[in-house]
Amino acid sequence: MSLQIKPILVALRRHKAGTLLIAVQIALTLAIVCNALFIIHQRLATLSERSGVDEANVFVIANQWAVDWTTQQIDAQVRADMLALRQLPGVRNAAPSTGYPLQGGGWDNFITMTPDQIKPTTDSAVYMGDEHLLDTLGLRLVAGRNFHSDEVLVMGTQQALVPPQVIVSKALAHRLFPDGSALGKSFYAMAASPSTIIGIVDPLHRQGASPWDKLHAGQSLIWPARPDDARGVFYIVRAKPGQLAAAMREAPKALYAQSRLRIIDPKDGIQDYAQIRHRVFDSDRGMAILMGIISAVLLAITAAGIVGLTSFWVGQRRKQIGIRRALGATRGDILGYFLTENLLIGIGGVLAGVVLAFGINLWMVSQFETARLSLAYVASGVVLLLLLGQGAVLAPAVRASHVSPVEATRSV
Amino acid sequence: MFAYYLDLALRSLRRNKALTALMVLAIALGIGASMTTLTVLHVLSGDPLPGRSGSLYYPQMDPRDMDGYKPQDDPPEQVTWIDGMALLHAKRARYQALMTGGAVPIQPANSAIDPFFEDARYTSADFFPMFDVPFLFGHGWNAADDGASAHVVVLSRKLNDKLFGGKDSTGQMLRVDDMAFRIVGVLDSWRPTPHFYDLYTGSYSSEEGVFVPLTTATDMKFTHNGSNDCWGKGQSDNMKTATCTWLQLWVQLDTPAEAAAYRKFLLNYSSEQKALGRFQRPPNVRLPDVMGWLDYNKVVPSDVHLQVWLAFGFLLVCLVNTVGLMLAKFLRRSGELGIRRALGASRRSLFAQLLTEAGVVGLVGGSGGLLLALLGLWLVRRQPSDYAALAYLDLPMLLATFAAAVVATLLAGLLPAWRACLIPPALQLKSN
Repeated sequence: MSLQIKPILVALRRHKAGTLLIAVQIALTLAIVCNALFIIHQRLATLSERSGVDEANVFVIANQWAVDWTTQQIDAQVRADMLALRQLPGVRNAAPSTGYPLQGGGWDNFITMTPDQIKPTTDSAVYMGDEHLLDTLGLRLVAGRNFHSDEVLVMGTQQALVPPQVIVSKALAHRLFPDGSALGKSFYAMAASPSTIIGIVDPLHRQGASPWDKLHAGQSLIWPARPDDARGVFYIVRAKPGQLAAAMREAPKALYAQSRLRIIDPKDGIQDYAQIRHRVFDSDRGMAILMGIISAVLLAITAAGIVGLTSFWVGQRRKQIGIRRALGATRGDILGYFLTENLLIGIGGVLAGVVLAFGINLWMVSQFETARLSLAYVASGVVLLLLLGQGAVLAPAVRASHVSPVEATRSV
Repeated sequence: MFAYYLDLALRSLRRNKALTALMVLAIALGIGASMTTLTVLHVLSGDPLPGRSGSLYYPQMDPRDMDGYKPQDDPPEQVTWIDGMALLHAKRARYQALMTGGAVPIQPANSAIDPFFEDARYTSADFFPMFDVPFLFGHGWNAADDGASAHVVVLSRKLNDKLFGGKDSTGQMLRVDDMAFRIVGVLDSWRPTPHFYDLYTGSYSSEEGVFVPLTTATDMKFTHNGSNDCWGKGQSDNMKTATCTWLQLWVQLDTPAEAAAYRKFLLNYSSEQKALGRFQRPPNVRLPDVMGWLDYNKVVPSDVHLQVWLAFGFLLVCLVNTVGLMLAKFLRRSGELGIRRALGASRRSLFAQLLTEAGVVGLVGGSGGLLLALLGLWLVRRQPSDYAALAYLDLPMLLATFAAAVVATLLAGLLPAWRACLIPPALQLKSN
C-alpha cells in the first residue's frame, strides 16, 4: 500500500478544492467536537458531585411566616414544629436550617486565621442548625463529635452571633490545616471571636454550584444555632427509608395543625433531593445535552460530506479505475486506494484540527474560565474522526472496486 | 432570464434528490442552531427601555473605610441609606429614585386565597415617571407620601388580576404584613428585560407584584432581598445607619451636559463627605447609563455566549460541507454546462444559473432553519431559567434568518460555480 501513496498524492493535486474542503471540514469538526466533549465531561462531573446528604430520604420545606413575630415567638414555634415533625410515623429526624446543600446559592463567609487578618485565607459556605441537623442530613462524621443541645444558640433575624463551636467539612479542615490537625483548632469567619472545630464531616457540599463555589469546592461549616429568622426558616426532614412520599404528604399537614400563620408555597415550598438536584444542575445538564447533540450532528454531517465528495470522485474516475483494473489491479487494490486517499486527507485534516482545537480551548479559557483541554480528548477525537472518515469512504470505495475492467474500453 | 435559471435549478435539484436533501439539511441545521442561540442572545442583551435608557444613570461612589483599600478598586455597586437619601433630597437630576427589593406577606381579604409572599419593590415616588411605567388604573404616589411614610401601595396587573379579578381596585385596602395599605394604582403589563434597575434579585426576573414607598418599608422593617455589602461595624439592626450599601439609586439626566454636571456633583459630594470624615477613601465616582451598567455587570450568562459560538462553528462546518457537495454537484454536470457554453451561453450567465441554484438551496434551507429555530426556541422556553419565557423570535430575527441562509449559501456557491464556469466547452463536447 505504501507504494500507492505517491500516485495518490499526484491525483489529489488535481482535486485541490475538494481535498482541501474535506480536510477543512475534518479539522473544524475535530476542533469543535474535542472542545464540546471536554465541556460535556466537565458538566457531567459537576452533575455527579456528592452532596453528603442522604438524598434518597431527605426533603426540604421552605417555611415562611405569615405574620410579624418576635424572635422569641418564632423560636417557640420552630421548637414546636420540630417536635411535631419528629413525631410523624414516617419521619426519622428533622432540623431547622439557614440553607441546605445544592440549594443553588446561599450564605458564605470569608475565613481568616487571626481576627485582624485583611486578606482572607479562604471562603466557606455557612449552615446553621441544631444538634439534629447532622443526623437529619445524613452527614458522615469522620472526626470529633456532634453539637450538644446546650450549645445551640438562638439566632434572630440578621443577628450577628458567632457560636464558639463549629463543625467543618473535611475539605475545609484540610484547606485550613493541611497537616490533619484541624480538630480542636480555631478560626475566624468574619467575626471578632473565634470558632473552635469540634467535629469534621465528609463530604458536605456547598449550597451553590457557581464558579465561585467550584473554586472553594466542598468547603462548608455548620454553626450550632436555631435560625429564628422572621423571613422564614428551612425545615430539613429525613424520612424513614421508603417513606419519603408519605412523609412529604404528612409534614405540611402536621405543620399547619401547629399553626396556620405560615406560608409554604404550594408550588415549590416542599422539594425532595431529586427536585433540588434537578433545579441546581439544570443549566449544566442542558448544556451537556446541547453539546452532545451538536457533536453527533456535526459528525454525521461530516461523514455525509465525505460520502458525497468521494462518490463524485469515484463517478469521475470510473474510466481510470477500469484501466487500472484492466492492467491487473485487484479489487482490493482499488479499495485500498480510496481508503488510503481518505486516510491521507484525514491526517492532514486532523493535524490542522489539533492546532485549532487547542487554539479554541485557549480562547475559551480566556473568555469563559473553562479548564485546559486535556490531551486524551484530542487523541480520542483524532481516532474518532479518522475512523469516521474510513467508515464514510467505505461505501463509495466498495462501489469503485466493483467497477468492471470493461469500463476502460467504453467511450473515447 | 431568471425564470429560466430557476427552472434549470429546480430540474437539477430534482435530479439528485439525496445530494439536494443533504445540502438543504446542512443549511437548515446550521441556520436553525445559529438563529436559536442568536435570538436568545438578542433577547438577553436587549435594551430594557428603548429610547429612554440613554438618559437614565446609576450613580456610584465609594463610602468605605481604608480596610483592604486598593487605588484601582471599583466603587461599591449600591449606595448606603445616608448617601442615597442625601442624593435623593439634593434633587440635582430631573428624576431620582432610591430603591431596593424585598418580599412581603399579603393577607387577602378574600378568604378563598391563602396568605402568600409577594416580591416587592420599595422605592421613592419618581420610580414611576422616570421609568415611564404604564398604569392601568390610578397612579403612583408622590414625594409627600414618601416623606410621611404613607401606607400606600401600587400593584402589578398580575397581582390585581389574582386579588381583585382584574377590576379597578384603587381606593381599596390591602393587608400587607398585618397592616392596611391603600391601593393607589395598578400597573399595566410591564417587564423590562433585563431587570436592569435591580440585578441583585435576578437579572431577568419578572417585575414585582407590590410597590410601596421605601420609607414605609424601612419603618415597618419589611424584609429586604438582594445584596448587602458591609464594612467596618457592618450589619446592625438599623439599616439606616449601618455601614452597608444595599440600595440602588437611579437618576434621569436628559443631556450630556447634565450628566457631566451630575458627575461633578458626585465628586463634590464625595470630597465633602471625606472632609467631614464619613468617607475615608479618595473620591471615586461612576455614572454609567443603563447599557453601560448592564455591560459592567455582564448580565448575559456566559453559557449563552458559548452556545452562540458553538452554533456558529456548527454553521461554518455545515457551509464547508455545502461547498464540497455543491462542487461535486456542479462539476458532475460538466457535460451539460459545456453544451450550454457551446450553444452560446456566456460564462457570466452560467455563473448566474449556478448561483440561482445555490440560492434556491439557501431559501429552502432557510425555511427549514426557521422551523428548526422555532422548535429550538420552544425547547428553550421549556427550560426553567428565568429568561426562558422571553425566548421568542421577532420579525427582524425572522427576516435575518432567511437573509443569513441565502447569503451563506450564495457565498458557499461562489467557489463551485466559479470552478464549474472554467470548464472549456470543447473538451466536454469531445469527450462525450
